[in-house]
Amino acid sequence: MNYNYSLIPFYAVIVSLVGAILILISSRKPNLREFWTISAAIIKFILVFSLVPEFLKGNSVECEIISIASGVSLAFRVDGLGLFFAIVASGLWILTSFYSIGYMRGLSEHKQTRYFASFAIALSATMGVAFAANLVTFVFFYEILTISTYPLVIHKETPEAISAGRKYLAYTLSAGVILIIAIAWIFVLTGNVEFNANGILKGVNISSAQLTILFILLIIGTGVKAAIIPLHSWLPTAMVAPTPVSALLHAVAVVKAGVFGVLRIVVYVMGFDLLKTSGLWIILATFSAATIVIASLIAFSQDNLKKRLAYSTIAHLSYIILGASLLNGTALLGGILHLAAHATLKITLFFVAGAIYVKTHIENISELDGIGYQMPLTMGAFAIGALGLAGIPPLNGFISKFILINGTLSSAHSAIVLIYLLSGLLNAGYFFPIVYRAFFIKSERFTKIREVSLFMLIPILITAGLSLLLGLFPDLLFNLFHIAQNVSSEIGKSIIVDVNKISGAGL
Amino acid sequence: MTDYFIGHAAYYFIITLLLIGLWGMLFKKNYLKKLIGMNILQSSIILFYVVSASKYNATVPVLDPKLGEINPSQYINPLPHTLMLTAIVVSVATTGVALALLIVIYKRFNTLDENEILEKMK
Amino acid sequence: MIFQHFPIVIPISLLLGAMISAPVGIWKRKLTYPIALFASFVAFFFSSAGLIYVLNTGTHHYYLGNWIPPIGIEYVVDPLSAFVVLIVNGIGFFVMIYSHRSLAKEIPGKEVPFHAVVLLFLAGLSGMVVTGDLFNLYVFLEIASLSAYALVSVGEKRAPVAAFRYLLLGTIGASFYLLGLGFLYLDTGSLNMLDNAKIIPLLEERGLIIISLTLMLVGIGLKMAMFPMHLWLPDAYSYAPSVGSAYLAPIATKVSAYVMIRILFTVFHTEFVSEYYNFTDVIAWLSAVGILWGSIMAIAQSDYKRMLAYSSVSQIGYIGLGIGLANPLGFIGAVLHILNHALMKATLFLVNGNIFYRFGITSIPMFDENLRKKLPYTSAAFTIAALSMIGIPPTAGFFSKWYLVLASVDKNNWIFVVVIGLSSLLNLIYFFRIIEKLYITRKSNLTLDEETKMNEVPISMLVPTLLFAILVIGFGVFNAYIVDYIIKLAIPDGMI
Repeated sequence: MNYNYSLIPFYAVIVSLVGAILILISSRKPNLREFWTISAAIIKFILVFSLVPEFLKGNSVECEIISIASGVSLAFRVDGLGLFFAIVASGLWILTSFYSIGYMRGLSEHKQTRYFASFAIALSATMGVAFAANLVTFVFFYEILTISTYPLVIHKETPEAISAGRKYLAYTLSAGVILIIAIAWIFVLTGNVEFNANGILKGVNISSAQLTILFILLIIGTGVKAAIIPLHSWLPTAMVAPTPVSALLHAVAVVKAGVFGVLRIVVYVMGFDLLKTSGLWIILATFSAATIVIASLIAFSQDNLKKRLAYSTIAHLSYIILGASLLNGTALLGGILHLAAHATLKITLFFVAGAIYVKTHIENISELDGIGYQMPLTMGAFAIGALGLAGIPPLNGFISKFILINGTLSSAHSAIVLIYLLSGLLNAGYFFPIVYRAFFIKSERFTKIREVSLFMLIPILITAGLSLLLGLFPDLLFNLFHIAQNVSSEIGKSIIVDVNKISGAGL
Repeated sequence: MTDYFIGHAAYYFIITLLLIGLWGMLFKKNYLKKLIGMNILQSSIILFYVVSASKYNATVPVLDPKLGEINPSQYINPLPHTLMLTAIVVSVATTGVALALLIVIYKRFNTLDENEILEKMK
Repeated sequence: MIFQHFPIVIPISLLLGAMISAPVGIWKRKLTYPIALFASFVAFFFSSAGLIYVLNTGTHHYYLGNWIPPIGIEYVVDPLSAFVVLIVNGIGFFVMIYSHRSLAKEIPGKEVPFHAVVLLFLAGLSGMVVTGDLFNLYVFLEIASLSAYALVSVGEKRAPVAAFRYLLLGTIGASFYLLGLGFLYLDTGSLNMLDNAKIIPLLEERGLIIISLTLMLVGIGLKMAMFPMHLWLPDAYSYAPSVGSAYLAPIATKVSAYVMIRILFTVFHTEFVSEYYNFTDVIAWLSAVGILWGSIMAIAQSDYKRMLAYSSVSQIGYIGLGIGLANPLGFIGAVLHILNHALMKATLFLVNGNIFYRFGITSIPMFDENLRKKLPYTSAAFTIAALSMIGIPPTAGFFSKWYLVLASVDKNNWIFVVVIGLSSLLNLIYFFRIIEKLYITRKSNLTLDEETKMNEVPISMLVPTLLFAILVIGFGVFNAYIVDYIIKLAIPDGMI
């Protein structure tokens, strides 16, 4: 593999930081402010996308900015996993920006400048997390991500929102402290915090009890954002945030940064070999499997639409983690693909929830009877999202789940496949009633309601369309499939899945 | 053994002074008495330096041809004594600042008793 | 070359400034401030130039009156002392810029003596840092302390009492130091630091120097407000005028921490204090308790200045912990935290000055959103410094904690690791409750003004506040350069 020095990853990180400053400066002129948001989003996406051809040629783009602490540099490297995550997050940011503008103006919310600025900083941090070449750079941006999303969680400034913000900070910053301690330990042990495909800790001289503690510290550090039960309770509470925040941050950026962190730790810090020989993967697999089942069951009991979506998110995040913890290239591939699939599907669902709220101020599922007649496009998109998460072809949720199940079957513990199947059923169980209510129960309540503004409707339709498109042609857009496959084959032992075959399966 | 104690009698005296000073500073309730304790403490340290540099059968550190060959044991070490000149100045200055503070405190609270002052400060 | 004299120019310019500005001020009040500012600038300039000079040419020894040590007094400027003296005079200079308007409002009529005392204070601290002679250090220590008492005493009604108590405890500290020095002199016959460093390993009978080291550490620990000798600090910081606290909190205790480093690692040896006798372990454990104690007490305070004072106790604990770990990473953490904490605390106390200037309040329950609307930049500076205190990257506070955690892990001391982590979370509690008050709309429980237009403090106050806040981020991002090019040069020999 060739190494190319290029500052593009750095620019991709910094562009929305500059955007945030411009947003703050132009706080008096809403149109200019929104212009900065949109242009930062688009420039960021173009920058990220420009890294794809180089990557597919097999070149690794990397850069060192400065020495961030003695012996460690602030360095970025574009590898498959990071690039994949960056494409998903930055791509969906563009849509969310448009949607946010519609949402915030539709509700004429207060303190919009703070909102957009924090959003831009959060995205900056997400890119940093994605492209970080070492653990210190990773945790650097990981903490910035935590702090920059706090203003978004408390945006409504109700007592409820404030206590949710406190809970959020308490959980995520404690996790941050634990992660920093674990990283310091690794640094002292190995003198090296650079991610590599064999695992940083490979061959390190450490007793197995210590290794277990270190692994648990690392998993707690990242697992809070990834909402592994019992570390999840901040996420449903944080749903008091405005819907675009829930959509992008709590379905894509923040929680996915946590999952991304878990993947980094499993693959690049511990390494498959070490996890296999030490048997530590069992811990991760047990917790994530339990999370899938428990969160899905809790989701049933939630009447608040966003809370139900939140618990569904918790379950789906653990799909990815469970896939990775099986230490099998194919399951890892499925997990990575599910990262994108869940992103597009869940963001659709959240966008719809926000659209309903803007139009009707309704948050509960039991009050949604008949809304599908008045907002057919919106609720149609919801149906697509629900189908996709249940794993119905031809949506992208099917592809990722299919590969996950394939990988599970080819691993030594094929019984785990039952978890995925059960969870698919549960998904159907808690999503389809909403669709049913919306379209099949008639109610006179919503006769005056029309579709939402185009600012919001178009992003909804695009994300729903993306889910469908990626289900039919996984590799069509941005070569996502190739990039993901590249990661899993780099780790090795992956069944090479022919992309064309998968497309066929989708149909 | 007794020789040792007698030989070091001055040091025991100094330690006693030092403890008296500390006791006064920490446990007396009147601020003026605390200040006096502080002065005793400082004096004890000054004495400590002075005593440590004293010598029997030795003279001032000016070369004296009458004593013949230069032998350090015949002259006392002048340095601790000169250091103490500075320390005395410091001690006087500290006392000055403290007295100035006490005057202000007395004007504001009409007492120098710690308990009463703390009561009035609430 | 005239520049060779810079070690003496730094304290002398400040002393001269004090001596000139006070009588001139009696004649014409308005002249005091420019003279004081000029003297402070000269010291600042020579400190910066001195640091550059020392980094280029190595440690600079300056013999006072050309008397060769150990007979004469020697000033030694090595990377560590050049670094600390720059912190002292940097903070001093910018706070002096700040102080003009704030003093005119808070203690009108007393500016002339105040500026003179500040110059004395800075001269004392600078002298403590550059001197290579232990008795000379005592003299400078007393100069700094006496002026510090004066700085505290001009505050509010209760300030003289706080100052008097500070004076008593401070004098005990200084006396203990002097007594310890006496024992050391009895044993080694030298007052020069480097000379003592050569003699001490040759001594066979160690009883006396152990007593001497203990006494000196207790004395310096009192001055440094190391737990449990911090009792003077909360009152002194909270009753002093806001500018007074802004001078005291960032640099006074830090210089004492520097003296502790000097005594432990320069005069005595790392091996002596950490392996033969466990002095450093005691310091580390006391500091660890102090970190938690200070943070917990800070949570319990409802007065902003008092909260900062307790947070200082906790932050001094970080420095003590780094010193007590007695390994290179801990040393880096401690010295870096001297810088970082000076900047953070300067920012936080200047913020306090700004709020007091506009609203005359220091009580946290009275803070609310109107305050932020009127003082948006001050609030931003506060937020940055608060994040740094918690230890969020990219602010400076994150990195000193990073080195301290590394050092503790390196020593295999997991309790310290937990203490540092826990204290971050405690800091989170007491700083975020203020951030919440500033940024979240609530029904105002305070009638500041109904009108909420921006009404920032004068530019001469705002600029230093923002400068420190920006430096908190700047030194965070570029900390590796400070560590690699300055602090690493200062790591004592024999520290492994």
